[in-house]
Amino acid sequence: MPMTITEKILARHAGLESVAPGDLVEAKVDLAFAHDFTAPIAIQVFKQIGAPKVFDRKRVALVADHFVPNKDIASAEQAKLMREFAREQDLELYYEVGEAGIGHVLLPEQGLVVPGQLVIGADSHTCAYGALGAFSTGVGSTDFAAVMATGETWLRVPPTIRVEYTGTLRPLVGGKDLILRLIGEIGVEGALYAALEFCGDVVAKLSMPHRFAMANMAIEAGAKNGIIVPDETTKAYVKDRARWEPLYLASDAGARYDRTITIDVSALEPQIAFPPSPANVRPVSEAKNITLDQVFIGSCTNGWLEDLRDAAKILKGRKKAKGLRLIVIPASPTILKEATQEGLVETFLDAGGVIGPPCCGPCLGGHMGILASGERALATTNRNFVGRMGHPKSEVFLCNPSIAAASAVLGRIGSPEEL
Amino acid sequence: MKYEGRVWKFGDDVDTDFIIASRYCNVSDGADLAKHAFADARPEFASSAAEGDVIVGGRNFGCGSSREHAPIAIKAAGVRAIIAKSFARIFYRNAFNIGLPLLESVEAAEDIQDGDRLSVDLIAGRIENLTRGKSYSARPIPPFMEQLIREGGLVEYIRKEKLASR
Repeated sequence: MPMTITEKILARHAGLESVAPGDLVEAKVDLAFAHDFTAPIAIQVFKQIGAPKVFDRKRVALVADHFVPNKDIASAEQAKLMREFAREQDLELYYEVGEAGIGHVLLPEQGLVVPGQLVIGADSHTCAYGALGAFSTGVGSTDFAAVMATGETWLRVPPTIRVEYTGTLRPLVGGKDLILRLIGEIGVEGALYAALEFCGDVVAKLSMPHRFAMANMAIEAGAKNGIIVPDETTKAYVKDRARWEPLYLASDAGARYDRTITIDVSALEPQIAFPPSPANVRPVSEAKNITLDQVFIGSCTNGWLEDLRDAAKILKGRKKAKGLRLIVIPASPTILKEATQEGLVETFLDAGGVIGPPCCGPCLGGHMGILASGERALATTNRNFVGRMGHPKSEVFLCNPSIAAASAVLGRIGSPEEL
Repeated sequence: MKYEGRVWKFGDDVDTDFIIASRYCNVSDGADLAKHAFADARPEFASSAAEGDVIVGGRNFGCGSSREHAPIAIKAAGVRAIIAKSFARIFYRNAFNIGLPLLESVEAAEDIQDGDRLSVDLIAGRIENLTRGKSYSARPIPPFMEQLIREGGLVEYIRKEKLASR
């Protein structure tokens, strides 16, 4: 029976010939991931379950990336719990401050997620790895604990929504804009329980960071997973870093999709998600006179080296607006090092920006740039619900790295063309 | 499994940051988390929520972050069921996993008002609005979710069904 790539991966991992949307399957998990925000509860639950050891000490990844370097005593205690558990279980994939980056960037960068895998993460943006042609979805701490104990999880096979991007991309428009446009169109519930399969010539021409940005935000439309059929770009990325054998699957010609959404990008401008929702999306030309207190460039969505290069290109030789705070956080130690070697860090510093250690930082209102009452931030992050980055009376707008950089110079939301 | 309590009513797209802000999620204990549930939007919730209370939301309840702190805080505050038009999927799994049942009913979610007293029969999916003298039927809970509720959550389910046979 013809299947979509999502269905194929689930069928394989459930030991079934084929599956169809709606089927409940028990699937073997290739990699389970959690971080310092979600692991503490999971560890308690794991101990309640009573399994003596995790299912495979090489397939449970714990990364300290949220409230690190620890922002207060409580967070330090949580990180300590995670550290001690990693030692006790002799986990191969434990990442401490210094080696740790944002999990969703670090794990692919280290070749720990490969095409064809089934990945479960105690974090909603785990769907990001679908960019590699893996099935990857977010769960809560109890589900994650259950995976640690059994190496399996139950899943309902999602219907797949095919999203085809056609036309030619204009300059400064990339993966972030493509996904924002989709969420703007279908809403935060538009893909509820579904798989979002991104395709089309436009996607085929995107580099991996742009693909990761798209799959990363599948959750913001309510999707179970986002996925891109692997191609030569995927193979080139995975080739020298894969720690496991990749499996290159594709959707069959006759596979059934719930529906197809076609988006012509030829006239697409960079997109801005206005508060208070990732679905409140408008083109940047409609974001007039929105003065800013803070610009944040980073996060699992847009903290890749390529994103920093895009931002640095705009900021080179320029200074941030007076009174505005510019915060740049590379997503992994490797990216920070490369950004330094390429002179990007110097560019950000000369522009009046500050560089943070690889972590999630202010994205979720953790630390490193929390907003006060009445403040407005523009960020390359993925979520802007009320209070997301600080005070409930603060506001967050979402955008791509080039727009963030230009806006930091302008002091208001705007485009590089205005510089 | 029948509960009676007052309604705390919310709108569409109640996200998990709204339920419990990140700054409170550096702890794991339910009682600690419950103190900060809905802290910004309904500051009186933490002190006034009682055993048997019900939360009623609109569409896409529990969207956003996967934080299990959200249903944990709600359950620790005494809430015994959440009724909404629809639920976000991670929140849906998390709630059932920790033994907090969710009921889907568009009619109930629209009709019920903040402060109403409800009597909820979880397994039958019957909701009695004692204040307005009306009753509603929620969509039947899927058999697997019902099993989770009967077992007391995913941990108990795994101990009985998965590990016992090894």
